[in-house]
Amino acid sequence: MARLTPLREAISELVQDGNTVALEGFTHLIPHAAGHELIRQGKKNLTLVRMTPDLIYDQLIGSGCASKLIFSWGGNPGVGSLHRFRDAIEQGWPHPLAYEEHSHAALANAYVAGASNLPFAVLRGYTGSDLPKVNPNIRFIECPFTGEKLAAIPSIRPDVTVIHAQKADRRGNVLLWGIVGVQKEAVLAAKRAIVTVEEIVDELDAPPNACVLPRWAVSAVCHVPGGAYPSYAQGYYERDNRFYQSWDAISRSREAFTAWIDRHVRNTADFDEFKRVFAESAKQEAA
Amino acid sequence: MEFSATEIMTVAASRLLKDGTVCFVGIGLPSTAANLARLTHAPEVVLIYESGPIGAKPTVLPLSIGDGELALTADTVVSTPEIFRYWLQGGRIDVGFLGAAQVDRFANINTTVIGAYDKPKVRLPGAGGAPEIASQAKEVFIVLKQSTKAFVDKLPFITSAGYLDGGDAREKAGIPGKGPAAVITDLGIMTPDPVTRELTLTSIHPGVTVEQVKAATGWDLKISPDLKTTEAPQPHELEALRDLQARTAKAHGQSGGGEG
Repeated sequence: MARLTPLREAISELVQDGNTVALEGFTHLIPHAAGHELIRQGKKNLTLVRMTPDLIYDQLIGSGCASKLIFSWGGNPGVGSLHRFRDAIEQGWPHPLAYEEHSHAALANAYVAGASNLPFAVLRGYTGSDLPKVNPNIRFIECPFTGEKLAAIPSIRPDVTVIHAQKADRRGNVLLWGIVGVQKEAVLAAKRAIVTVEEIVDELDAPPNACVLPRWAVSAVCHVPGGAYPSYAQGYYERDNRFYQSWDAISRSREAFTAWIDRHVRNTADFDEFKRVFAESAKQEAA
Repeated sequence: MEFSATEIMTVAASRLLKDGTVCFVGIGLPSTAANLARLTHAPEVVLIYESGPIGAKPTVLPLSIGDGELALTADTVVSTPEIFRYWLQGGRIDVGFLGAAQVDRFANINTTVIGAYDKPKVRLPGAGGAPEIASQAKEVFIVLKQSTKAFVDKLPFITSAGYLDGGDAREKAGIPGKGPAAVITDLGIMTPDPVTRELTLTSIHPGVTVEQVKAATGWDLKISPDLKTTEAPQPHELEALRDLQARTAKAHGQSGGGEG
């Protein structure tokens, strides 16, 4: 049953070192503030799952929170490489990162399977690709009815899924819209789910087919306005494309990255202070 | 009108998309070409992005495959599992429009790694939606710039299948879609030989020499005996492309785009 709780408490109580954690959001509604809180609390040895590891996973990996990554596309969209992700994979900094690599279709299916309480996902996939040669978790099975060969991968069943949404009501029911990606499946596949939201409202006013996560399917709801920044929240704010571009320079060297994380994340108390310090940095840069 | 090598690549790629086609669009060059088609000769083309928008009609190019502009201009927005399960795997996609870091002579695609997988020289972003788009769309167009780094004799990693080892290897592997119908570059257009499935230069862009194309290819590229010259971009095509890019630059402060 969802509790309305500060983000710090939700992360502290619900995420343990060594957990498998999925932060989902496909370009839209990426839970950056929650990712920062994981870094701030120094969470370790996490297995991070995400279809499109982007800036927030670059930050988590570079901050030493992750020991393994399960993913299907790792880049800075429209800009280029994720330098911390690459440094971890290519040079083992800050420590070696194990990784398990899939296609989008497979991971999307694996979340569906997890939410459906199935041990594995089945799809027409990977034929002719070298991915099954390097990922022992991609196997092929025979259809018991037609004999067709189909790809199978284990379900994704995170200990904790974290997402960001537009609204929750005071009882903790959550509403999201726009590009909803795999968030519903990721929440329902997980043992525990944390949702940060832009707004807490009296009434959700959700139409009957809207993407609503009922309060009893969520562990904690945290009011974190702006919590998807620099990603976007449709109806609230746009993606800060310039920050995605500037991340390329910030993340390129270990020193610049560490200085940025220390100043904006490790040495800030919470997301409100992050926003204040971040605004100061932007002002200094503009001057 | 004068045009750049990137412009003729984009225009040539856009022309291959017929009006009314249902197209699964990769981000970057494919998205530019597909939207140019929609804004010129193919107003009824249906653009599907893997993040969930179906029938997206963006006025500016998306930077990322989940931009809000795609959702706001779409006929409907569905979940990512639904896109891959019902719409792609369900067999409803006519054309998969993909980019690539590297291709080989059988139009297999690498977007995973340069060097050994366990000890990568360069770690690329990875598969994204491409393996299943490449296998399940009825046909595939690939657009990328031509160089010996990109057009390699042997791929270090096959992320997404083209014609595998050539001939009937793709059918034998049980891949449902027909495979790459064309590889469009800044120098010309390569199409697979009907029997061997080896990429053959069938159209060369105006002002480009065969020697140039061969020099930018990491294998001994076959040249079609019926080699044609690509029709130069028409003024209305160039204007539509430049307007689109100017609108995009104004909105985002940059061009381009990536997955994520």
